[in-house]
Amino acid sequence: MVNLRERAWAAAAAVVDPEIPVLTIEDLGVLREVVEGDAGVEVRITPTYSGCPAMGVIAWEVEAALAREGIAPARVVTVLSPAWTTDWLSEAGREKLREYGIAPPGKAGRRALFGDEAVSCPRCGCGETALLAEFGSTACKSLRQCQACREPFDAFKCH
Amino acid sequence: MSDRFSGLLLRRADDALVLGHRLSEWTGHAPSLEEELALANLALDLIGQARALYALAAEKGAGEDEDSLAYLRGDREYTNLLLLELPNGDFAVTIARLFLYAAFMDPFWRAAAGSRDRDLAAIAAKAEKEAAYHLRHAAEWLIRLGDGTEESHRRAQAALERLWPYTGEMFEPEDEVLVAADVCPEPAGLREAWNRTVDAVLAEATLSRPAECWMQSGGRAGRHTEHLGHMLAVMQSVARAHPGGKW
Repeated sequence: MVNLRERAWAAAAAVVDPEIPVLTIEDLGVLREVVEGDAGVEVRITPTYSGCPAMGVIAWEVEAALAREGIAPARVVTVLSPAWTTDWLSEAGREKLREYGIAPPGKAGRRALFGDEAVSCPRCGCGETALLAEFGSTACKSLRQCQACREPFDAFKCH
Repeated sequence: MSDRFSGLLLRRADDALVLGHRLSEWTGHAPSLEEELALANLALDLIGQARALYALAAEKGAGEDEDSLAYLRGDREYTNLLLLELPNGDFAVTIARLFLYAAFMDPFWRAAAGSRDRDLAAIAAKAEKEAAYHLRHAAEWLIRLGDGTEESHRRAQAALERLWPYTGEMFEPEDEVLVAADVCPEPAGLREAWNRTVDAVLAEATLSRPAECWMQSGGRAGRHTEHLGHMLAVMQSVARAHPGGKW
């Protein structure tokens, strides 16, 4: 028999990121924990960036998913520690990103003040790509262009 | 201790919100679409940091919630750096300000990520990565402006001269009790790192470091330039016109 905590996790884990709909919040590492207490089920999520505007929608969709499963009382809380980095992105998540046309991030780490990072084209795999803009369609992505197939693409920023 | 800690949180939150709001004023006016997105994203990071800090301050008893701290305090209650409330000026002033501030906040948040206070450490661990990104973006632009045309060089140098007297305030002592308890870093200890970053980037940008001069002060005590009141009047107008309104 599947317990309440597992049912709540499964419901929350199916919620997708509103800005990158191929990824679930589980793939992203945004879903951190589900705990069962006296006050019901508590789902803990964490933001990718401090000002990520998707957090409100994600919290709301998790609440809706739990309600559809009849899991009540339940609440969604935001936790900041440990801080999210691109290392929280699962391997499956990275592959889904690539297939979707977004270059997955490399290993998280501090970049030097000057210099560029190595990013491969998600379409043709060429390693020669150039930065077009440091801020792409969302705060967590930059805009790059492949030097071989000339395709412009979004790259998930290393963070 | 709790009041001291709230004071620290509000200083840092006010800094982030005021600069975040200033950057957001570029929306619709930036020199290119890419830069418009960049400035809006930088603003989003800063406002996100401010929200986390205000929420924590409210939890510690500084106010009802993050919104009331942001929208219902007057200019004398704001304790942000004067540097951050100055009007945007031209693009060179906007970039130079962002650079001077990020060059300080990058080591500040990195040090604060080791804070004895777990909540502040968690906020800092997120903010430090954002500050590093802001620093890189501003440095790249400053180099482009300084080492660009005669006009862009002139404006970038003028921006540094205009802002320099406001940089001393960043290094004013933090609350000594909190510093002694390893809750937050002592700003003076970050001056060397700041100097190194500033000198390296200015050299690359062919800009000169302004001469040391008398430094402006007062923001941390709530004594502001005439500009903050006007900024808050715009920023707070909706929240004050519709108290408790939700949308």
